[in-house]
Amino acid sequence: MTVRTKPAEATATPVKQRRSLPPLLVHALAALGAFAVVVLLTLVTDEFTNLRLATIGYYLIAVAGLTLLTGLTGQVSLGHGAFMFIGAYTVALLVRRVPSFPLWADLLLASAAGGLAGLLAGAAAARLRGPYLAGATLALAVGLPALTRKFPDFLGGSNGLSFTVHSRPAGIGVPELRWQTWIVWLSVLVALVLVANIVRGRLGRDFRAVRDDEVAAALSGIAVGRTKILAFLVSAVCGGLAGGLQAFLLGTAAPGSFTPALSLSLLAAVVLGGLGSLWGALWGAVALVYFQAWSEDLADVLHLNTDVANNLPLAVYGVILIVVVLAFPRGIQGGFHRLRALLRKPAEKKENHENH
Amino acid sequence: MQDFFDLTLGGISAGAVYAALGLALVIIYRATRVVNFAQPALALISTYLAYSVTKATGSYWLGFAVAIVAGTVLGVATERLLIRPLRHRSELSSIIVTLGLLLVLQAVAGMIWSNEPLAFPYAFDFRGRFSANDLFVVLVVLAIAALVLVVFKYTPLGLRMRAAAFAPEVARTLGVRVGLMLTAGWGLAAAVGSLAGLLATPPFLFPNVLDGVFVYALTAAVLGGLDNPLGTIAGGFVLGVGLSYVSGYFGPEMVTIAALAILVVVLTLRPSGLFGRAKVRRV
Repeated sequence: MTVRTKPAEATATPVKQRRSLPPLLVHALAALGAFAVVVLLTLVTDEFTNLRLATIGYYLIAVAGLTLLTGLTGQVSLGHGAFMFIGAYTVALLVRRVPSFPLWADLLLASAAGGLAGLLAGAAAARLRGPYLAGATLALAVGLPALTRKFPDFLGGSNGLSFTVHSRPAGIGVPELRWQTWIVWLSVLVALVLVANIVRGRLGRDFRAVRDDEVAAALSGIAVGRTKILAFLVSAVCGGLAGGLQAFLLGTAAPGSFTPALSLSLLAAVVLGGLGSLWGALWGAVALVYFQAWSEDLADVLHLNTDVANNLPLAVYGVILIVVVLAFPRGIQGGFHRLRALLRKPAEKKENHENH
Repeated sequence: MQDFFDLTLGGISAGAVYAALGLALVIIYRATRVVNFAQPALALISTYLAYSVTKATGSYWLGFAVAIVAGTVLGVATERLLIRPLRHRSELSSIIVTLGLLLVLQAVAGMIWSNEPLAFPYAFDFRGRFSANDLFVVLVVLAIAALVLVVFKYTPLGLRMRAAAFAPEVARTLGVRVGLMLTAGWGLAAAVGSLAGLLATPPFLFPNVLDGVFVYALTAAVLGGLDNPLGTIAGGFVLGVGLSYVSGYFGPEMVTIAALAILVVVLTLRPSGLFGRAKVRRV
């Protein structure tokens, strides 16, 4: 994928940036820094937290893709779990059928498979809007995992496919799970650098133009249909990669992991983080993992019965969706922006705002 | 040939349910330009209440009545508490809020009644080709559809509701209580939706039981144009029969994919649905 970048003053985002460095380099450096932080975190935490970190990693790229689609381009997808499903099954099938393939090739092919599905979905979606698009993508999320029961010999039926990937080279004294977490984050950060460049670049501006006013975008020479399809393609590639990484991490791909509820919680993460900001995707992904974890802890502490405990995360995501849309439409990242704006202002103004 | 006949009859009773739930979506969409993604969850809660009441009293019909009333109340509450504050916001806001409600209600149902399937009774005997229950389903849905159409077309209430939906400002100056009409629309729609839930659920009730039905109902409504109750009812029956053939000849796993394919093909050819009027956009 070619990424066209523009000097900082030409981009629409208000983020300040050193003019001397091209965005690609800045993003790459930031990714390197982020990777160092992740490696450090995995070294000082136990296995359990490693797994959570890795989980945040693959959710992050899935949520980032959906942010690009829904937040930037304004296309609602309720079926993003379907692209994760495709990515996960691609990795599972490749590992089982073609074990000689290296992992990076499996992951690339998982992203490609997701992208291909996204291209098809996008081609249909380019003509749909609002509730029509939401309905069609919801059908995708409900219908696709059922295919595993249609082809039980090939896709493993309801139990799915299990496999093992020994990704760690011999002679490296790192625990397997820690190594896997590094692989997950390395892949995610590479993908994020590309996505961040798209968002900042010309294509990103086209996305926002299409979201804000399709007619005006068309009049200023943007191919609206093609732009919408491209957004679907990029976000589905992210979804495919996320699913592939999930399968790699868990060693299994099963239809039960890709319910419509997954797609809706991804959307909840996008909305919670803040529609239209890649940083928001990070907060959303962290929230996805930790709300799950906290609700399990809470259920333990309060001795909630399993019915309540199992359904607690979904209830939380639902409440988040409602409360955020009603009360905080800009999400967590919007809150940070306001906080930063407040800190810059004189103290007396700050007090006024806090009373608000 | 026998198969074909059976599949057609089975498809008609399934289609009646899609038509009813689709009708619930259309009533709300007409009034407020919102697609109520929480509709299956409102119906789900009503159906669970019917289950509990039936279990406690032994009377199916008492549970049935409680479910319809509860559905109406839930619909009214949803409009008042969640949808009204969003009336000046984007389409995306209302989609997301109804999705949030869907998640919450499904989770609450799972918390109270557990995620395990519960046996939920049919209204009448369900055995045999086009059973008494199938006949009941089709007749009830046709009766409800006729009632809704008559209310909309020929009663003062229906006139006010249409006025409130199409020209709220004009309606308001003429003394129509627009807000009340919108709330009434949500109540009516949720009542019809709950009825669809009661008819669609047997033999087993679990929190995700209506997911598939909702996709088909949405497909039926979209085929009808989301705006057109008659088109939606026709769309429901056509879809029911069509999907019944898909299930019979290609396997039940293919049904949702087939619905998706129909949705995509129809919308690609006619973006406002088979029976919808194209919206003119000026450039």
